[in-house]
Order: sequence, then structure tokens, then C-alpha cells
Amino acid sequence: MSEDRPTAEAAEASGATASADGAAAERAPDGTEATSSEDAVRDGLDPADASLVVDDLAKSFGGIDAVDEVSFSVERGSLTGLIGPNGAGKSTTFNLITGVHEPDGGRVSFEGHDITGYRTAEIANEGLVRTFQIARELEEMTVLENLMLAPRNQSGEKLLNAVAPGLRGSVKAEERELREEVWETLELFEIDHLAREHAGNLSGGQRKLLELARALMVDPSMMLLDEPFAGVNPTLEEKLLDRVHELREAGLTFLLVEHDMDLIMEHCEHVIVMHQGQVLAEGPPAEIRSNERVIDAYLGEDV
Amino acid sequence: MSGSDPPTTDGSVRDRLRTELREGDAGLIAVVMGSIYVLFTIFAVLGPAQGVGGVVAALQAVTFWTALYAMLVLALNLHWGYAGLFNIGVAGFMAVGVYTFAAITAPTGGTPPGLGLPLWVGVVGGMLMAAIAGAVISLPALRLRADYLAIVTVAFSEIVRLSLLSTTFEQFTLFANVPFLPDIPLGSGAGRGINIPINPTIPVKSLYYTNPGNPASGSRTAVGEAVISAFGAAGVRETVVVSLTYTLVLIAFVGLFYWLLRRIGNSPFGRVLKAIREDELVANSLGKDTRLFKVKVFMVGCALMGLGGILWETQKGYTDPTATTFMPIQTFYIFIALMIGGAGSNTGSVLGGGLFASLLFLGPQYVSRIFSKYFVSGDPPTTFVAAVGPLGSLDPGPLFAYTLQNVSSLRFVLVGVVLILLMQYRPTGLLGHRKEVAASIDLFDREGPSDSDGPRPAADGGRPPDRSVPPEGGDRDE
Repeated sequence: MSEDRPTAEAAEASGATASADGAAAERAPDGTEATSSEDAVRDGLDPADASLVVDDLAKSFGGIDAVDEVSFSVERGSLTGLIGPNGAGKSTTFNLITGVHEPDGGRVSFEGHDITGYRTAEIANEGLVRTFQIARELEEMTVLENLMLAPRNQSGEKLLNAVAPGLRGSVKAEERELREEVWETLELFEIDHLAREHAGNLSGGQRKLLELARALMVDPSMMLLDEPFAGVNPTLEEKLLDRVHELREAGLTFLLVEHDMDLIMEHCEHVIVMHQGQVLAEGPPAEIRSNERVIDAYLGEDV
Repeated sequence: MSGSDPPTTDGSVRDRLRTELREGDAGLIAVVMGSIYVLFTIFAVLGPAQGVGGVVAALQAVTFWTALYAMLVLALNLHWGYAGLFNIGVAGFMAVGVYTFAAITAPTGGTPPGLGLPLWVGVVGGMLMAAIAGAVISLPALRLRADYLAIVTVAFSEIVRLSLLSTTFEQFTLFANVPFLPDIPLGSGAGRGINIPINPTIPVKSLYYTNPGNPASGSRTAVGEAVISAFGAAGVRETVVVSLTYTLVLIAFVGLFYWLLRRIGNSPFGRVLKAIREDELVANSLGKDTRLFKVKVFMVGCALMGLGGILWETQKGYTDPTATTFMPIQTFYIFIALMIGGAGSNTGSVLGGGLFASLLFLGPQYVSRIFSKYFVSGDPPTTFVAAVGPLGSLDPGPLFAYTLQNVSSLRFVLVGVVLILLMQYRPTGLLGHRKEVAASIDLFDREGPSDSDGPRPAADGGRPPDRSVPPEGGDRDE
């Protein structure tokens, strides 16, 4: 939809966005999963390089189109920014992608799998993990427990393994290995001194660190970060950003919701702008910065 | 506990035992139960004169009720304390367990008839049926918000009780219209109740009597003769000796419940339960299918409630739907005991059970007996009007006597007062602020491969972490 990409597909996509109101349901998926998600991949991006593809996603709450035919794709290994004013539908989009809300229409595919309609837990198990805008800590659990909770497919999560005398030994062995990983992660995020602390006692910034560390323990291939820097002091923000960049270099994909334009412009290689439930523009930061519609709708005179 | 570990030196064992008693949960339970015993010894001595036998009977009674409540409170703790599942249908799950047990073990020719199967089949069947009931109840309700589970469970417990009271199920034939299966006559006995000749007291009685089903018609075994006459010499009645032995069995079951809950709590499974209690969406977002966990833990808790019900209700040899065990009030008693002890803590559950059973459940009766003995002469008035009337002439005596006579009703007032005080001063209960670490190993013992060094954390998961305390070594269970 970006103005300076007047290809046929982009034109078609923006045309559809402009004309159709809640017509997503009518647009039945034609062809196989792979081809349809390939169709949805944004222009200029090889479908094989797309990690997350959101196609015509729609959700309304009581007549208000919170998310209205939103399509975008996130390149594997990229740090993509999702910005927009309050109420633009960013968090709802996150909730739709992660199965917290069921979309009224449209599809989400992750690493070539159609994950539309999957439950939150299933999506996380696919390797797509999110953090929350307001850090949701398990307050009565220690920092260590928070991290120990996260790894997928722990054998001790099966009741029988947890209880039966003969099987518990292997659960313990597994826990010992996890404990090592958890401590390493705590050290990486420099919160190992807080290991014994209950998450409810942490400061806002520490909670953000914990949340990121916990999400990492799931061993995801992509993370959705919902305003991870909100209420975080500059030093800690720097620390968090360093971690994000390190992880990205290690191969993780990030989709980042953020209010701070400068931060997005500096750190993301691709930016999606949402406004009133729709994608207003997307492209590299420099392009977004000079995009008239974005400036009108969101940025004002500042940029 | 500590005593079972191989002793390294005499001093360390004694140290550890001392630590366990001073800081550990065993010590806490011992202190509280000891205090309760002292109190009830005083009650028994001050009350109607019954000598040593009276004291033993009082202590037996308080231990018996403590054990029963502790079991049920532990089962409820698994639901409410561990996973935050608001089950207010405990009585209903007990009823399912008890009636299934009764139907399985009752003789085939009885009224109502049963299957005539052995005791253990009945216990397993009762627990299974309670678990199945739990699954059926929870599957639809757990998909909704937590409040709905509360509504569904309380409704369920009433439906069970009223169905058992209904004459429709007094006597019926299972599979009557199914061609391939044998017709099985069964029945609830409706209001007349159901006989439970085979019940968990039978193995206990068989220790003492050659004919445990009906001790009067047989003779005592050698063990029975020795034990009963030994206690008899001290003035303890025969029935008290038998009850005392059954109470020991109940205590063993409390230990079993406690052990099981601790295993469940201190594991990755328990960690997910804790996360569900804290914030279910977070657990989901980390890839935990919380519905599965909730259904599983609900079923286990219900099975334990069924077992608790069987051990509680069948020991009289019969049951009927009017038993207090099946009344909604019983669920609330169990909840109050859990709130006293502190939801989430197993030790708190046992203490809550003990404090509720002794101070709120039995206490008023004993106190009333003492007051009656010393301060009341003559028959108390039988109506409230007769009790209040003399107040006009400034004579509080009849009202006092009337109050003592109806002390069991006063229990409700007492329970209410305790609840208000708890909410005001200690909303989390006695031990509710203890946040146990949910893991099968000590998470702080990083590179410590040794399994046996250092004092072990408290049986229940330890105290709130304090960074000034050096990390505790060793694994968290045996």
C-alpha cells in the first residue's frame, strides 16, 4: 500500500482495503495454504523469507472495526516495527495473531502453517510467543519459577510423571538441566540477583526484562513484543534493545509494537503503520518518515 | 522426615531434627496439635467426670475430626489453593464417592441391593466415579470464567443430594433395557438410606474381633483381647479403642494426601497450576494448554474428595442423604477450614482442619458441657420465649441455659465471627503468605550435585525466600 510501490499487487491490496468493509469473510481462501499465504506476502519479499503473514485480518467489537482487513508480513530474522496512535488496533492485532481473540475474518500463517483459529497455547508451541503491554507477571511466583515455567514440553508437566515414584527421577534430571539454562538466561538479562524475588516485587523495568527472558525460555522462533519499553528507564531500555539485537542476530524474528518513533526508526528495518484499524503504510523507516499520510495521521509536525 | 536420612554424625541429625521441629512444618503441626490436646484435656477434666477414659475419648474425637477435615481441606486446597479453581460442591463429590462405594459393596440381596464386591473395589470405584463426575462438571465450566465453575459445582452438589433423596432412584435396575448386558439391581434407598456393612472400619475391627461385621456376635482376637483389656484397665471404653485405631488409619490417609499434594505441587505440573492461579493467559501464552491441566487437577481433587467422603461417612455402617456430610454447609465448613489455614499451603490445610475441628466444630460442645456442669441447675427452657421471658425480671439464667443447650446453632455465629476477623486481620489465613516454590528440585542450588547436604526446605515448600539466607542445598523430596 505504500505509495512508491505501485505494483499490481499492491494496488489490488490497497483497492480492496479501501472498498471493502468487513468483506473479509466473503473472500474465501482459494487454492492451497502455501499459495494463498504466498499471495499475501508483501511485494518485494520472497514468500520463503516471510516468517509471519497476516492476511486481511478483521475483528470488530460491537460495531467498531478494531482491526479492519489488516495485511502485512514479517521477514524472517527481521526486527519489524508496528506503530500507530492509541486505538489503532495494534494490540488487537497481536491478540488476533496469538489466538486470544478469534478473528472475524482473514488468516494468519506462521512459517508456512495456517495458524488461524489455533488456541493461544498451540500458537506458542509453534514457536510464536508474545509479551504483554502491561507486563503480566506471575506475581506470587519467583523470578526463577517464572522462567522454569516457560520451556515447552516438560515431561514433568504430565501428572503421572510428576507423581509416580519411578518416573520422577527423570523429571528431576530434566529440571536440573532446565535450571542451568534458566540461570544462564537470568545472567544474560542481568537479573540473576533477583532470582529469589517474587515477580510481584520487581520494578516496572525489571518486569519487562523478566517477561522477555521468560518468553525466550519458550525457545521461540519469533517474538511479538507489545510495548516492551513502556515505563522503562533509558539505561534499561538500552539493555533490553541490546538483548533484542543479540537475539535477532542469533536468528530470532521480532515484531515490535512501540510508541517511541525515534526508537522504531533507529532500530527497525521495516515499519508498519496502523491507523484506525487499518494498515496505513509500510516500508523502511526512511520511507515512513517521509510518507505524507503517516505524517498527517499520526506524526504531526515532529518528523 | 529428617530422621530417616542416613545419620552422618550424631550432632547433625540432632541439629536437623531440631531445625525441622523449630522451623519445619512437622514442628508447627506438632505445636498446634499439642496445644489443642492440652486444651481438650482441660475440657475433658473440667467437664462431666469421666476419668482417664473421658480424656482419651476427647482426644480421640478431636483427632478424628481433625483428620477428616484435614483430608477434605487438602483435597480442596488442590483445587482452590493450587489452581484457583473455585469448587463449592465438595459435599456433592463426597456424596458421589460414598454412594458409589455403597452401591459397589452393599450385598446383592439387600434393600437396596448392591454389587456385593470387596472393599477395595468400592474405594477405587468411588474415587473413579467422583473423578468422572468432576470431569463431566468441569469440561463445560472450565471453558468459561472461573465464577461459572462455582455456580456449576454448588448446583451439582445439590442435584446429587436431592437425586439421592428422590424415590425414583430408591431401587432401580441398571441396563434393564440393554439387551447385551446383565440386569443389575441397584438403588440409593432414597430417604431411608443405604446400609454399608462393608466399610473401611471393617479391616480395623478385624484386628480386634473375629467377626468384624458384628463384634457382639463373635469374640475378640488375641490382639483385640490384649489391647482392649489394656486400655480398659485405664478406664478407656472399648468403642473408643476401636475408634482410636480407625483414627490412626485416617491419620495415615492425611499423610498420603499431604504427600501426593506435595508431589503435585513441587513439579512442573504444579508450576503450571500455580501459573493458572496467577494468570491463566500468561500460562497459555507460554504454550501451556491450561484447560487440560485444569480438568486433570479437578479430577484428582474430586477423587480425593470421594475418598475423603468414603472414609468419613461410611464408618457408621449406613448413610442417607440427610447426613450433614452431604449438606452444602459441609462445603463451607471445609472452605472455612482452608481459609483459616491459608489456601495454597498444605501445612496450612492440615492446621486449618485441626483448628476448625477443635475450636469451631467440637469446642463449643465441650465448653457448653462445662458451663452446664457448673453454672446451670435444673432443666433449661425448651422454647426461646421461655428463655427470654425471665430477662424482664433481670434473670439471665434461663437464657444462658437455653443458649448452652443450643450451642450447635451458635457454631454458625462463631464461624461468622471467625470469618470476619480473618478477613479483617489475616485475609490469607495462617500460612497463606507462604509462597512455595514449585519445582521438583531446589532451584537455587545451582551447581550443587549433592542430594543430601544442608538442611532441607520445609516439607511444604519453605518460607518466603530471603536473600540474606544462604541457598539451601539438596533436593526437595525423597
